[in-house]
Amino acid sequence: MDISFNQVSYTYQPNTPFEHHALKDLSFTIPSGSFVAVVGHTGSGKSTLIQHLNGLLRPTAGKVQIGDYHLMANKKVTSIKSLRKHVGVVFQYPEHQLFEETIKKDIAFGPRNFNTPQAEIEKRIPEVMAAVNLPLAILERPPFDLSGGQMRRVAIAGVLAMDPSVLVLDEPTAGLDPKGQQQIMDMFYQLHQEKKLTTILVTHSMEDALRYADHMIILDHGSKYMEGRPVDIFKEKEKLQAVQLDLPEIIHFLRRIEERFGISIPYRKQTMAELATEIKTKLKGVSKHE
Amino acid sequence: MSRAYIEFRNVFFRYSEDQPWVLKDVSFRIFSDQWVAIIGHNGSGKSTIAKLINGLLTPEKGEIIVDGLPVNEDTIWEIRRKVGMVFQNPDNQFVGTTVRDDVAFGLENRGVERREMIRRIDESLKAVAMADYRLQEPHRLSGGQKQRVAIAGVLAISPQVIILDEATAMLDPKGRKEIMDTVNELRTQERISLVTITHDLNEITQADQVIVMNQGEVYLEATPREVFLEETLLQTIGLDVPFVAKLANELNKDGNIISKQPLNQEELLEELWTYHSIK
Amino acid sequence: MNNGILIGQYVPSDSFIHRLDPRTKIMTIFFFVIFVFFANSTLSYAWLTLFALTVTFATKIRFIFILKGLTPVWFLIVFTFLLHLFVTKEGTVLIEAFALKIYSGAIIQGVAISFRFFLLILVTSLLTLTTTPIEITDAIESLLHPLKKIKFPVHELALMMSISLRFIPTLMQETEKISKAQASRGVDFRTGPLKDRIQAVVPLLVPLFVSAFKRAEELAMAMEARGYQGGEGRTKLRELKMETIDIISLITFAVVILVLFFLRT
Repeated sequence: MDISFNQVSYTYQPNTPFEHHALKDLSFTIPSGSFVAVVGHTGSGKSTLIQHLNGLLRPTAGKVQIGDYHLMANKKVTSIKSLRKHVGVVFQYPEHQLFEETIKKDIAFGPRNFNTPQAEIEKRIPEVMAAVNLPLAILERPPFDLSGGQMRRVAIAGVLAMDPSVLVLDEPTAGLDPKGQQQIMDMFYQLHQEKKLTTILVTHSMEDALRYADHMIILDHGSKYMEGRPVDIFKEKEKLQAVQLDLPEIIHFLRRIEERFGISIPYRKQTMAELATEIKTKLKGVSKHE
Repeated sequence: MSRAYIEFRNVFFRYSEDQPWVLKDVSFRIFSDQWVAIIGHNGSGKSTIAKLINGLLTPEKGEIIVDGLPVNEDTIWEIRRKVGMVFQNPDNQFVGTTVRDDVAFGLENRGVERREMIRRIDESLKAVAMADYRLQEPHRLSGGQKQRVAIAGVLAISPQVIILDEATAMLDPKGRKEIMDTVNELRTQERISLVTITHDLNEITQADQVIVMNQGEVYLEATPREVFLEETLLQTIGLDVPFVAKLANELNKDGNIISKQPLNQEELLEELWTYHSIK
Repeated sequence: MNNGILIGQYVPSDSFIHRLDPRTKIMTIFFFVIFVFFANSTLSYAWLTLFALTVTFATKIRFIFILKGLTPVWFLIVFTFLLHLFVTKEGTVLIEAFALKIYSGAIIQGVAISFRFFLLILVTSLLTLTTTPIEITDAIESLLHPLKKIKFPVHELALMMSISLRFIPTLMQETEKISKAQASRGVDFRTGPLKDRIQAVVPLLVPLFVSAFKRAEELAMAMEARGYQGGEGRTKLRELKMETIDIISLITFAVVILVLFFLRT
């Protein structure tokens, strides 16, 4: 589903002393099937933005379009439930939403609410368990017996079981250890490609934005600050620093090599081994001229 | 002048008899005025160590000594005066309704006289750069700010050791940086030993000593530089080394290009400079 | 959240009412609530109203703001008035329609009672508007202090209250988060038959309880690590102090009440 924001603003508690403009005149489009990273500091409006994607919030001005669904200030959406069926949201610390007696029931909870036939649910459960890399043997166990990392996987499986075509991820790896983080992100990337999902990742990790996203939106104080391909965005170090955002470490390092040795090594998703070889050959090359 | 301040002697711990060991035969020493980082994946037993040090948990076998005192029922209150702890969740350790009240909590518990209390609150809030937020309510603070208040609360009781038990795990990069800056600042100003527990290896570069935990056992005890050399080993136990260490290890795969394992980009660039000028 | 409802909400300002010792305010309101029932003449009502309005004005909070905040209570006040209008049968019949008789006494009675009600709510809301919940807690702890002699757990009660106050915003944020997460999984909290809506609460309540227990456990551990061993031997940072202004206020209030008794018929 294509997604577009057209001059969207959102104000919390308008006309009160607590009034807060969370989004200001925000416009962008996300073509179907793309992987978009939304980056910005806490309070930049990221979480307000994603709540517009499945109609938890309606813009106070402007228009949001998700496929055939339209969200506008003064128009109630009649088909909000079917919109939510198509847009799966993995919130921060999703394990906090688990509540059923068994893992199986919890995973089935979403699709059941959307009136998915039982047979279809039964078919999806082993699929999503495999996707999040959990054994089927634990399906009848209570989710609360699991470790934090496993609970997170169950919660993610519950969202995947809705079979959404848009997947919204709000810092899905927060609090996990490095291995867990990488596994979860790789899993989402694989799903994104296999199922041709439109994926929107809210993250603080520039590394993840660089590695997975093909498009990036940077928010600052509710407004769009930058937008484009990650590699292009990360060329503008000073502009990022102005809003206290860092470069991914690899890009930062390549820049410093260029400053120090005058050799340019463009970033093209090299592996660490390729990068090492490249640095060695280029450094030797430079010294030969001296 | 350094002496063992905290010592674990063959410590075993589990939550109940029908459950597996959380810690198995753990022994190590932490010296005074040192910064020791304890790292490990989630569930490796690293947080249990922190709770054992100040008697929030009791070992099943083995002995724990803090400042010459064995940790037991009779000594825990004295030990808690010497050992301050900051936990993972910024919300679940904030007791007061305002910043000032929260810092006061530990002082009130110890019956510190009011005038002295105010002096120490001001001082410790200044040390973590939160003096301007004295009367703020917790729900108006960011995670990093709450954790700094927690550190101030610990500083106010002038402990000899501060344990940060995954204190940065729930923070955004900005909050994480705030905490690490505060910790580095404390290192230079106060004569305090530090124990930081983390799974983020970017946070251990400044530590004096690193204890790597895996499945309840001490897996490795070394300096950060030595630890970063063990990339594959760490990856097999769910950890990962920082970018700089990875690149350095890769550069060294065929032929010794990097003579000293770098801790940061400057050191790696220096090494590359040497390599570049020699050739 | 906060949809203009001001009951129980603190509005900061630098007025002297804000700075009064919370005990002064609680005592004044306590006695005001009692003495309102002594008013029985137009003049005595006018006198109490003058007092209430003066105090309201002194808080420096905009009056419109306060009235607006009392919106949900207006319904109760009107209801009280209507109740008296139809129930009281005193004085002469003024209107007679559809087998309903409205008496002159009913109007007087209705106005008096609902006006008294209004005064009560206005003045009590001034307490919460000008006093932080924690100050109220401190005041209660201090006022209940004598009960310690009969082993009433005053310290524990106050600590419980202050921790609850501390966690109310946290739990509210959490409730909002979880309900949004479940709404995203297709739960409908707003429409549908009552039975369904009651069922929709389960996916909200279970996670809330789970997290509240976890928080309580962690908080208890953090408190213990910070040396909490009960109220014994504890000192306090928060100190309540009666200043001259408190004494003046209390005396003024006593005079107001005395005058009230002269104005009664």
